[in-house]
Amino acid sequence: MVSNIARPRYCAALALLFLFSFWGETVAAPNPHFSPFEALWIWMPFILSGFLLNLVMSLLAAVLGTILGGLLGIAQLSTSKVICSSSVFVTQVFRNTPWIIILFAVMLLVPFELKLGTRSLIIPDWLKATVGFAIPVSANVAEVVRGAILSVPSGQWESSESLGFSKWQTLRMVILPQCVKRMMAPWMNAYAILVLSTPIAAVLGVHEAVGNAQQAMEALGARTSLLVPFYSFILVLFFFYIYPISRLTLWLERRYAVYL
Amino acid sequence: MPFTSSDGDAWPSDQPIVSLVDVHKSFGHVEVLRGISFDVFQGDAVCIIGPSGSGKSTLIRCINGLANFQRGSIKVEGQEVSDANIDKRKLRKKVGIVFQQYNLFPHKTALQNIMMAPIHVLREPKDVVLDRAVKLMKKVRLDGLENRYPGELSGGQQQRVAIARSLAMNPNIMLFDEVTAALDPETVKEVLRTIRELTEEDMTCILVTHEMGFAREVGDHIYFTDRGLIVEHGEPDEFFKAAKDPRTRAFLNQVL
Amino acid sequence: MFELISPVFRHLYESTGVNFVFLYDPYEYGRFVNGVFLTIELGICCLLLSVLIGILGAWAQEARSRILRLLIAGYIQAFRNTPPIVQLLFFYFALGALTPKVSADGYSIPIISAFDWAVISLGCFGGAFNVEIFRSGIEAVPHSTREAGEALGYTKSQAFFYITLPLAFRFCLPALTNNLVSLLKTTSLAYAITVPEVTLVSSQIWSDNLNVAEMMLTLFIFYNLIVAMLAWAMHRLERALKIPGYG
Repeated sequence: MVSNIARPRYCAALALLFLFSFWGETVAAPNPHFSPFEALWIWMPFILSGFLLNLVMSLLAAVLGTILGGLLGIAQLSTSKVICSSSVFVTQVFRNTPWIIILFAVMLLVPFELKLGTRSLIIPDWLKATVGFAIPVSANVAEVVRGAILSVPSGQWESSESLGFSKWQTLRMVILPQCVKRMMAPWMNAYAILVLSTPIAAVLGVHEAVGNAQQAMEALGARTSLLVPFYSFILVLFFFYIYPISRLTLWLERRYAVYL
Repeated sequence: MPFTSSDGDAWPSDQPIVSLVDVHKSFGHVEVLRGISFDVFQGDAVCIIGPSGSGKSTLIRCINGLANFQRGSIKVEGQEVSDANIDKRKLRKKVGIVFQQYNLFPHKTALQNIMMAPIHVLREPKDVVLDRAVKLMKKVRLDGLENRYPGELSGGQQQRVAIARSLAMNPNIMLFDEVTAALDPETVKEVLRTIRELTEEDMTCILVTHEMGFAREVGDHIYFTDRGLIVEHGEPDEFFKAAKDPRTRAFLNQVL
Repeated sequence: MFELISPVFRHLYESTGVNFVFLYDPYEYGRFVNGVFLTIELGICCLLLSVLIGILGAWAQEARSRILRLLIAGYIQAFRNTPPIVQLLFFYFALGALTPKVSADGYSIPIISAFDWAVISLGCFGGAFNVEIFRSGIEAVPHSTREAGEALGYTKSQAFFYITLPLAFRFCLPALTNNLVSLLKTTSLAYAITVPEVTLVSSQIWSDNLNVAEMMLTLFIFYNLIVAMLAWAMHRLERALKIPGYG
């Protein structure tokens, strides 16, 4: 599965990233306390726990976004003009708006606690951020679903209708099962984009990988020599997670290529 | 007759089972059917031939309600097809159609393809449908291939599964839209044999075809269409030997 | 123009409480307009840089030097598989700390400003995708066409510039449009490195005037508008370049 070209590329990319880290180390001013790499080593678990939150947010947002996006995508094919045009509108708006702005909107406009009678339920930051991420994901998934449905040959609709199946029966039993394979690669791609967008939550105070790294650097006195190693570490973390996913996506694309 | 329609009563043989009167259909500004009229009686095998673009496929699709038409009337077993109140499911049960591109469901096996509609549309019990499906696979000479997926079957085999799939609904009328056009000559024979057997069993068949030899052999009545109109029609012997209209003769000279 | 709309929105605020302050207050208006212009400037610079990198990278991928090809491949994989916002932070904070400073009036100003870093970082990010897009466009040009060019006496680089590139560009326009639109949206991340584009300016306005909802609506409308304009411009380009009877 990993081609001959892939391994050198993977190594080349890692090498480039670590090159920057070593550069930072050598330029660092001599410090009686920890060297930047020692500091990174000590704070690594803290940053990794933040990275875990990135992954949790991405998985939850992916599930939520896929469910909503699936419904939105199917709704775009509805015969009812109202449902069709409103779902197209919603999809387009959320696809054209940057992730950070949707996140801002959710974080700032949704209250941080729900009052249920006398008790109040606090909605944590990361959960709001997750919902904020689920919105653009659902718009992307809606497009993937719509594209997959449209790529099923019209002959399938015709023969199904001729056998007496209703539109819903056709969609459920004939069209959607054939769409699953077509949607795999684009969905994985959308997931990768989602994961790479989760650090945006740091801007809004969520304690994920970037937020934790910045806190760590503060705690160490905000020395400039820390910047390159710490940020490189985060880049490498994400790279380790996403690169295999993008290889899997390529493999899925080739395996389930739709020959039209 | 091996097929009994679930309605029970047979259609009287003196009234047309399918009747088209002055059917007009346009796609936007282009008029594809410019006044088609003919009758089909129960048990007939009607062949429609003609150059491409003459509207044959559109005509077939109008008969079972897949395409709508602007003017005229199409009556199937006395019921007007373009009537807004018509029960399309009932119509689709009476009229089976087989397409040029087979259009089998690729994610289901051959047997499942045949069984799906009777179970989900007609709501017949599974064991009854299974029994019928196995018999149909045998009838189209594909027994042994029940659990193969369409991707594992040849074109001719897929087309025969498609025929069996339509027959599973116990239709009274079968429509065939150039069903051998996408097949190579060897497999064409198998499919034509299946269709011939159907006509011998008194199934009402309307075939759009360019297999002239087959039309001559099997057809009760031949219609030649050109540019949306029926130019000439007749019994196969006199039609193929001595066509009256010069356009018909020109077409037959090209293809025979 | 500001004089025309300002009383309308002031009246709106006073009667309903819906506060589009940047449309009736001259100071906020000035801030907002500067933000809009900077966003457009940022967008244009990033798009141009990414297209340039894309073309050069696609050209370099055909180079004979294996090291060069490996470097380009490494660059693409590094930028495609890491978060763009972290790339921005890395460039601005980490690399920014290492760049020389110029002293002016006693305190030092970095030689590369936040805006410049945003352009470099986002240009590289977009460029990584563009290299792949241009490469598939180039591969879509039939080999026989290129051969014909060389048979006529074109050198390799002449053939690339006059024959392959024009055809390849047309093939990859749809994918390029998608990527450029995506890049335009990604420029909003420059907020994180305090580039005063429209997102940052809006956040300043809403923290001063407590009109989050109105500014959010404005941002939604603004970005949908510029994305629509870019998409329209790219489609016009596609139609203008269309070769009749080809593809």
